[in-house]
Amino acid sequence: MKLIEFKKVNKVYKNGVTALADVSVSIDKGEFVFVIGLTASGKSTFIKMLYREEKPTSGNVLVGGLNVGKIRNGKVFKLRRRLGIVFQDFKLLPRLTVYENVAFALECVGLTDKEIRPKVMEALDRVGLKAKVRAFPGELSGGEQQRVCIARAIVNDPRILICDEPTGNLDPETSEEIMKVIESINKDLGTTIIMATHDKDIVNRMKKRVLLIEQGVLAGDYQEGSYKAHESN
Amino acid sequence: MKAIRIIGRSFRDAFKSVIRNFSLSFASIMCTTITLILVAVAIICGANVSNATKHMESELTIIVYLGKDTTDEAAANIKADIETQENVEEVIYKSKDEAKLELEEKSDSFKTVVNYLEENPCFNSYIVKVKEVRYLNTTAEYIKGISGVETVKYGENAVDTIVSIFDVIQKIVVVIVIALVIVTAFLISNTIKLTIFSRRSEIEIMRLVGASNITIKLPFLIEGFIIGVVGAIIPVCVTIYGYVILHSILGGKVFTNMLILIEPFNFVFIVSLVLVSIGALVGMYGSLKAVRKYLKI
Repeated sequence: MKLIEFKKVNKVYKNGVTALADVSVSIDKGEFVFVIGLTASGKSTFIKMLYREEKPTSGNVLVGGLNVGKIRNGKVFKLRRRLGIVFQDFKLLPRLTVYENVAFALECVGLTDKEIRPKVMEALDRVGLKAKVRAFPGELSGGEQQRVCIARAIVNDPRILICDEPTGNLDPETSEEIMKVIESINKDLGTTIIMATHDKDIVNRMKKRVLLIEQGVLAGDYQEGSYKAHESN
Repeated sequence: MKAIRIIGRSFRDAFKSVIRNFSLSFASIMCTTITLILVAVAIICGANVSNATKHMESELTIIVYLGKDTTDEAAANIKADIETQENVEEVIYKSKDEAKLELEEKSDSFKTVVNYLEENPCFNSYIVKVKEVRYLNTTAEYIKGISGVETVKYGENAVDTIVSIFDVIQKIVVVIVIALVIVTAFLISNTIKLTIFSRRSEIEIMRLVGASNITIKLPFLIEGFIIGVVGAIIPVCVTIYGYVILHSILGGKVFTNMLILIEPFNFVFIVSLVLVSIGALVGMYGSLKAVRKYLKI
């Protein structure tokens, strides 16, 4: 079942730069996909289109059946509630505690405190941060902050988890731990994962499907495990 | 239910944010306080000048002395004639006996002198109250022309001048109040903008985790309301205590009996209500304006 579909997507920025050219690709439910490419290759634009931070100039982007380009500004929240997003810079609210940061995503949807509490604790348990619910983000290490960010992303049971360079700011060991958490989400919950990354080690080790974007063009779509073989050629 | 929950949470978040961003909230509150004190002073001055003008205007009358040989019938005709004038509000008859009694009460020497006279030296008269002091002259001139009228006395020039000066002062005060309210609005909205600018990443994150625009706006709106209302507390105290004390020190008037101050009660409460409303509305307007900027992509 196709969960995400790009149909002949083009993106030209106002300054004339073409970020994506004629990209067509589809991603099924439950897949784990890496999106790789150099800086300024169009990789970020690709990811941002999934949560409508960018709109396609032409073509269609379908996420869970919603046509992303046609969503009005005031209705964007409806798309984002179906997604979980993990950022390189964590984007946690510094003045809220770990618990409040995670609960925030559910409060926006309008759940009661009684409904929120078990979900937040479950999400924090999954990322292994149950003991730090009362800490503020500033008191946590980078890896712990990224776990909070993941807990916030998965707390409302999204079908898709979008990760934009989640290990970009972390050391290799911490990155490894974070990748384990993300992989377990994919395996245990069946959540579709789209992850943009620079980290070749991770991509090679995990042997997942890889989308290679070069100068705005989809230069390669490697099925599970075939990317490393290609690189070594 | 869901809406109530969101509103409840917005109140909680707004209070939390006022406390957690205390230094910026404090700046906004102080800025509101200072400008609202100025507004309070301007409103109190304006209302008192307006009150004094009205009071003086109501005191200004035209006194029409009737000729000695005017019959009752002629007097009634004169009254009817005066009442045809649009500017005339009320015509009160004062007989010469009443006038004599009044003067005797006021001055002992008059009493002594008048007792030697066979006849009452006073005239029958009408006291004419006018609606608009501006047309006092015209009305008086008209009455002068009525036959049977002996003399007409009306507002000395000095009083006339004071009234017209007060009229100008009143207009200036209205302009000052409006200008201050606008300045307050700008100051508060700018300070709140500063508060929100420092939290634009917060708004961005709210959007990214799927908060609807209303959910984002509401806490900021309530925060602006809280800042406005809290900022109005000191100005309200200054108004209530300050005015009551001032009123009692001055004995309810400034220098002369002509400049009577407004009674403090009810007046101070009305001014306070106005101040709180200005604070709350301007606070909400300021934060809404500032947030809106960050809700566009």
